[in-house]
Amino acid sequence: MDIIVSKDLKKKFKLKHGQRVNNNGVISNEIVVLDGFDLKIKKGEFLVLVGPSGSGKSVFLDIVGGLSTPTSGVVYLDDKIVEAPSAKTGYVFQQYALFPWRTALSNIEFGLESRGVPPEERVKTARELLALFGLSDFEDRFPYQLSGGMQQRVAIARALATKPEVLLMDEPFAALDAQTREILQNELIRIWEGTDTTVIFVTHSIDEAVFLADRVAVVTARPGKIKDIIEIDLPRPRDGDIRSRCEFATNRHKVWDALKAEVNKAQQDWKLAPAFAS
Amino acid sequence: MSEELVATVGTAVKPRSFDFSGFLKQFEQLFDGLNKWSHGIPLVLIFFAVWEALPRFGLIDPLFLPTFSTTIKTLFELTFSGKLLLHVLVSLQRALFGFGLAVLVAVPLGFLMGWYSKFERYTDLLMQGLRNTSTFALLPIFLLLLGLGESSKVAIIFYGASWQLLMNTISGVKSVDPIYIKAAKSMGVSDKDLFLKVILPASIPSIVIGARLAAKISLMVVIAAEMIGAKTGLGFFIQNAQFNFMVPEMYAGILALAILGLVINYLLVWFEKKATYWKGEAGSGIIG
Repeated sequence: MDIIVSKDLKKKFKLKHGQRVNNNGVISNEIVVLDGFDLKIKKGEFLVLVGPSGSGKSVFLDIVGGLSTPTSGVVYLDDKIVEAPSAKTGYVFQQYALFPWRTALSNIEFGLESRGVPPEERVKTARELLALFGLSDFEDRFPYQLSGGMQQRVAIARALATKPEVLLMDEPFAALDAQTREILQNELIRIWEGTDTTVIFVTHSIDEAVFLADRVAVVTARPGKIKDIIEIDLPRPRDGDIRSRCEFATNRHKVWDALKAEVNKAQQDWKLAPAFAS
Repeated sequence: MSEELVATVGTAVKPRSFDFSGFLKQFEQLFDGLNKWSHGIPLVLIFFAVWEALPRFGLIDPLFLPTFSTTIKTLFELTFSGKLLLHVLVSLQRALFGFGLAVLVAVPLGFLMGWYSKFERYTDLLMQGLRNTSTFALLPIFLLLLGLGESSKVAIIFYGASWQLLMNTISGVKSVDPIYIKAAKSMGVSDKDLFLKVILPASIPSIVIGARLAAKISLMVVIAAEMIGAKTGLGFFIQNAQFNFMVPEMYAGILALAILGLVINYLLVWFEKKATYWKGEAGSGIIG
């Protein structure tokens, strides 16, 4: 069963006055980020989006999250058109986006407050989640007192607090160092495998994509649409050791094969860009 | 530890040369255990010593600059006789009323202007025009319109203090990181909660800095206003002492004003720290 269906999605942005962009040879002051973006996401699956920079992956997440409206086309969430942020989605950002004036615990409570959950219950849920991420001793810390990895754990816990059916993750580990990144991937997969949450995960790391995903959707260079969907046939539950297996490399190669041309195309775009800068 | 080691090695190699940094270190150690601000005390003492010396050795006529000791003595006398206290309290009261009024008006207005760009477009030109006209130049207008009573003084302080608060509130609201708003919206926050739980706390640091500057302006404006049209207040006291050639009293009044300003400044710094306790100092308390 599909929980999210995107149909002929298109998103245009107007550039600032005087700015120009080359859309496949046509010079315009509108930038088309998504065009004909069709994707069906199954309930409970871990779907990873990869694609060159500027291919609209984050924009797609924003539309699914109800934070941005498409220029045309629709996204259905549980057969209903997404028009505003839904209680069914949770969002994790690359920059953590924790509220610096709130402690770890009260950051996690934020979404529950909006839903009118009573205080005792909020604290209970938040403590359970902190424990799940091994951060029980840090509940009274402010974000500035936490390392990047800890902050992102809190941010994931915050998104999970409202028990979303769909978790949107926009390059959540991109700002972390390589070791912390692997540890958090392991933690995420461990926690996710114990739930039936659907995850849409954006990344630029093919290794990360292959390690986490049930399916990897490769997005074309701008304007973005789905080029290819690659089933990752690695067994679950997965742990860190799987990265050194032969099948991992095979899957990695498949994704890279699909992605390579698009990345090159995006690079060409950038090379052309200065010519239109004036 | 290692720094000390380097210092000793350094002096061992060049035993006779004047080791300025070592000297400075020794000097700093004198004040070990005291607060950081105590490092500022020596320079203040030198300032007072020069003040004391200039009239004492006849470099400046003591009639125009009484010695520091005379000034301090006068200040003590004025303080203990209660003559000064009344004026100080009156000035403080006026400054506080004006400042309080400015907080009540400028902060909400700042939120409106910062959040609703349309509202800002309509109001900005007038605001900028008024803001960039010296408050002191407008003092006569306030006196003409509101008379010599309390209201003209409170009004001018309110006017002077408002701008800084307004500007800092606007920039506080505008510089709220959009990612916080996005995160809050993704969690289905209501408009009211978005303001109370995100915009407001996120702009507090900027507003508090504005309040600090506005409080200083309040104190400055109250003195000026009292010098022009008042029968009480520290500004009046200083001006009056000058007109009656009570030079030590005048200096004592100025010294009292300086002390008052210093105390208020430290109170405000303390308040700023309290209000932004969640920010932490850069680099402190980071784990892992």
